[in-house]
Amino acid sequence: MPSAAAELVFDEATKVYPGREGAAVDHLSLTVPAGEICVLVGPSGGGKTTALKLVNRLIPLTGGDIRIDGTSILDHDLVELRRSIGYVIQQVGLFPHMTIEANIGTVPKLLGRDRKWIRRRVAELLELVGLDPDKDRKRFPAELSGGQRQRVGLARALAANPSLMLMDEPFGAIDPIVRARLQDEFLRLQHELRKTVVFVTHDIDEAIKLGDRIAILREGGRLAQYDTPQRILEQPVDDFVADFVGRDRALKALSLRTLGDLEPTSAAGDGLPRLPAETNLRDALAVLIAEHREALVVVGADGRALGVVKREDLLR
Amino acid sequence: MVASTFVEAFRFMPNHFSLLLEKAGETAELAFTALAIALVIALPLGLWLGHKHRGLLLALGISSVGRSLPSVALIGLGIGILGVGFWNNTVALVVLAIPPVLTNTYFAVEGVDPDAVEAARGMGLTETQILTRVELPLGLPLLLAGLRIAAVFVIATATIAGIFGGGGLGDIMARQVTYGLGGVFAAALWVAGLALLTAAALGVAQRAASRRMTPRT
Repeated sequence: MPSAAAELVFDEATKVYPGREGAAVDHLSLTVPAGEICVLVGPSGGGKTTALKLVNRLIPLTGGDIRIDGTSILDHDLVELRRSIGYVIQQVGLFPHMTIEANIGTVPKLLGRDRKWIRRRVAELLELVGLDPDKDRKRFPAELSGGQRQRVGLARALAANPSLMLMDEPFGAIDPIVRARLQDEFLRLQHELRKTVVFVTHDIDEAIKLGDRIAILREGGRLAQYDTPQRILEQPVDDFVADFVGRDRALKALSLRTLGDLEPTSAAGDGLPRLPAETNLRDALAVLIAEHREALVVVGADGRALGVVKREDLLR
Repeated sequence: MVASTFVEAFRFMPNHFSLLLEKAGETAELAFTALAIALVIALPLGLWLGHKHRGLLLALGISSVGRSLPSVALIGLGIGILGVGFWNNTVALVVLAIPPVLTNTYFAVEGVDPDAVEAARGMGLTETQILTRVELPLGLPLLLAGLRIAAVFVIATATIAGIFGGGGLGDIMARQVTYGLGGVFAAALWVAGLALLTAAALGVAQRAASRRMTPRT
């Protein structure tokens, strides 16, 4: 049941709170191509959450426009607009008095889907987010762990098969190990579903890991740079961006590529460390440093050596 | 003296069982009518103010005024307007019942997890749906607690209707000459029983409403 992803356009979108000095979001213009993940990142006070909530009109625009597939959000019926957009928040906000099934089925039920359709959809979604449809369907949110609850939150947002997802620090309150796993699973899901996603975080590493594009917002809700992670890391437009991405941005840039992206040579690899092709270059470099080696052997999925990569190949 | 009254009271009960039943029915009718009217007034107001997160002072103001008005004085005043009887007593009891219902309803809705409400709004529930499907069920335990307090107040106070021609168990209590001290005591025990039964029933409902929201261990 694929729904076409939507293109999202911020067009001079502006939010000024009455009685407060300066704008929260200041003439923000950017285009999120259909099916891509756009991460809004920046220091607190950068207006990233405000920008996100402008899209589903939880916060009304003061000026400018936001368009989904060419239609202004202001031309949509408010309730229909929100039902057509998936929304995930940090604290999840599951309804504690409803079962997991009822939580996930909320929007489909509002849209008039029948019970059988909802049951099937819930089972499908629970499986998709890595929960057990038989065991977890009838449980209540209080019986789940934080990570499980966020999975349910994601399933609930996907229930009506939205073409656009808004995610407000969804993994922010989860411990680092589970967070990394949820991030990986989210990327796997996105690879399958190809939704247009706007994702808010204050964590630049999360932004680099998840974003097809990253929008860095600075204080006062002004856009500092909107680019691919690669270009943000390699060509920050100013000191603010360079500062924000950190002094280790060259290392971070290494984490965007994997050993599989390189062309290994057929030199002898006896006694060298062996690493799988999906290892990113940053981790590979760390291994070389730790083991005082100048080269390593890249290993394919079948366990066969693909060849040898030298330290300078990583840094090229 | 006390012991003999006690014995007398328990002798009174089987001998005047149908009378007690009839009077208890009157008290219950009076009390539940007052509670119903109080609910009709205070529930929508409390729900609306709580949903809007405003009117805290209004809710508390109405409540403290309501609580500080003595029911006896109110009935005395009401005789001039409504005359002696059922409705005059009912009005006084409604005034008594509104404060706990209003404040508890307000805080029940106002205190619902803001993340659940925000998620609901973001998902496209209308304001009415947020109230009926999220805030009301989640606030129900606290709301029922308010109703329970109001019910106990009202049933206990409904006895003063006996003095003001409203009938009920208070009628027996006001006529010691006819029914004796044992009769008064018996009626008082029945009032207490009625209040406790109602409180217990609402307590069961309250626990049922909050059962799902706490983790099962």
